[in-house]
Amino acid sequence: MSQEKNISRRSFLKAGAAGAFAIFGGSWLSSFTSAQKSLQTMDKHQLHEEMKHGFVPSSEKTKGYQMAWDALTKFDYGKVSTLADGRTLREYEITAAETNIEISKGITFPGWTYNNTIPGPTVRCTEGDVIRVHFRNTTSHPHSIHFHGIHPTNMDGLEAIPPGGEFVYEFEAKPAGMHVYHCHVAPLARHIHKGLYGNFIIDPIKPRAKATEFNMVMNGFDLDLDGENEVYTVNGYAFAYMQEPIKVKVGELVRIYLSNMTEFDLINSFHLHANFFNYFATGADPEARPNYTDTIMQCQGERGILEIVFPAPGKYMFHAHQSEFAELGWMGFFAAE
Amino acid sequence: MQKYRMIFWGILPIILLTAIIVWIVNNGTGVSNNPAAPIEVLNIEKIKLDENGFEVKVLNSGPEEVTIAQVVVDDSFWNAEFAPSDTLQRFETGTINIPYPWVYGDPHEIKLITSSGLIFSGEVAVATDTPKASPELFWQYALIGFYVGIVPVGLGLLWYPFLRRFTTKGMHAILALTVGLLFFLAVDTIEEGLEMAAGAPGVFQGTGLVWMGALLSFLFLVAIDQSNDKKISRASAQGKSLSYKIAAGIGLHNFGEGLAIGAAFASGEAALGTFLVIGFTLHNITEGVGIASPLLKERPTWKTFVSLAAIAGGPAILGTWVGGFIFNDTLAALFFGIGAGAILQVIYAISKMIVKQSSDKGLSPVSWINFGGLTMGILLMYVTALLVNF
Repeated sequence: MSQEKNISRRSFLKAGAAGAFAIFGGSWLSSFTSAQKSLQTMDKHQLHEEMKHGFVPSSEKTKGYQMAWDALTKFDYGKVSTLADGRTLREYEITAAETNIEISKGITFPGWTYNNTIPGPTVRCTEGDVIRVHFRNTTSHPHSIHFHGIHPTNMDGLEAIPPGGEFVYEFEAKPAGMHVYHCHVAPLARHIHKGLYGNFIIDPIKPRAKATEFNMVMNGFDLDLDGENEVYTVNGYAFAYMQEPIKVKVGELVRIYLSNMTEFDLINSFHLHANFFNYFATGADPEARPNYTDTIMQCQGERGILEIVFPAPGKYMFHAHQSEFAELGWMGFFAAE
Repeated sequence: MQKYRMIFWGILPIILLTAIIVWIVNNGTGVSNNPAAPIEVLNIEKIKLDENGFEVKVLNSGPEEVTIAQVVVDDSFWNAEFAPSDTLQRFETGTINIPYPWVYGDPHEIKLITSSGLIFSGEVAVATDTPKASPELFWQYALIGFYVGIVPVGLGLLWYPFLRRFTTKGMHAILALTVGLLFFLAVDTIEEGLEMAAGAPGVFQGTGLVWMGALLSFLFLVAIDQSNDKKISRASAQGKSLSYKIAAGIGLHNFGEGLAIGAAFASGEAALGTFLVIGFTLHNITEGVGIASPLLKERPTWKTFVSLAAIAGGPAILGTWVGGFIFNDTLAALFFGIGAGAILQVIYAISKMIVKQSSDKGLSPVSWINFGGLTMGILLMYVTALLVNF
């Protein structure tokens, strides 16, 4: 007789009276099932070693892994010169390209990128500088660059640059703080999800306290195009900082420029184990009191600055405090020594 | 000379074909066409559960080799061991061992992500230890098959004395009832086969196997029947041979039922398996009536009834064993097709018999009472089938 082969537990329980009948029959034929035995077996057996730790990432330092590590510490200050009026000019070259990106060991994602990486280069300058971005589109789709910040509207990245086209964005950088940039061509979800985004840091004129600095972009990748991410990462590679912890010094100030460019999921989050940090949302308000906590969340486009002091040697785990994100790639360690 | 010319024209197309193939191999087709997306097919054939976790059997039925880059269980990256390798060539099978603390009674989902980023899913509907082959389990499955197959058919055959007190018209009505129930079984068997085919790797043409199996087994049995017709001179032997054919057709169908039950037990749906046992038992008792009806004019010995019950019901035991220990969607689809064909052949034989006897006695082959019998047969199967569908 026909039988629904993929009857899930839930749909089976919906059988109601049929289920009750089955239970009656089941008690009569209980000696024919292994249910009782396996229940006893489960009670007694000890989980194997491999089951206790969850996923252990490969130790191979692949191209994708290297990309994530480069993104952590690499800041693009542009080509510096001085304008006639005395202001600093910084020139950047950003190219939109179609690039296959390794987002986890052996898994390739067909990305659209700025300068062949996801996230794109971290653009960094000082408040008041004039930044000039030479944008070139070498892909088969129109793209643009929309910078978050305060600037003339004709420099806002709303005009799509056609395939093969070029455009120069030029404006005075303000306000000081942590920002992001991304493509702003419709359909927005596809253009962002495919990888066209990066961090944009504007330093205050009066420098922040000296610190070891890291750059992090939280993102996700939808492999089967169903509008749901299958892999979540920081800087574009799953478990990059679990495979190799980030080394920091005990007692030293650590500063993290953190943003969320995850598509499809409403929010992403950052949680630190065994410690707290000061969190400055956007980092643009010099009068702001920080949020002293161990967990913060950001919607897409939100960003902030975390300042952490690690009090004692040890490995401090950090991850999304959304378990699914954490176990699908967004998890790492700081190793304080 | 005529002979050589004949040979020449026979060989020429082959030579030209070879030349064209060699040219294409060396120079390409001239049509450059990269597929817009990678073409990969990975079939998850079986998932076993034991105290170590999951053992997943996979088959690469796509056109190119496939590399499994990552295993994901319930939306968590998980480590796994691949044998012989994480890369499978076309038609190669592999085994993935996933150490995992599965939860008794819960569903789990296993996803395999290939290096191209394609995702293939397998589901564990209700987690429980997969039964291991053992003499005890063989015996248990045999008992289940016995309850589903032999017992109900045997009980159905016990209606024989009651049925013998009917007139020719009454006997035809009972034969029509048999046709009705067999028709239901044929449709049901094809549906079951198509369902199995849907789960089979596409490259094996599972759906086609059902229809081809049905057609070939039907014609095969018709051919045997026709060749036997020349040998059978005594009219009294016709009824008995027809009963054996009905029993054989029903036996093939019950093999399929055994497959369903065995697979349900093996995949952890134990309660569902038990439910199927009860439903099939109630459903199959009417099959005994169908088998007995051609014998109504004869005086068979009790040995005949025993062997008929064994032929019709016994395959359920074999089916339960196969479903529980081996199970393969492609072969199941083919087998359901063969079963359907066998049943259709029996319908053909019974109908032919009714028509012949009706013309001999000046009766209508499709009388109201015969139509009633047919309808009753279908209704009986439909109502009892409700017990195993939901």
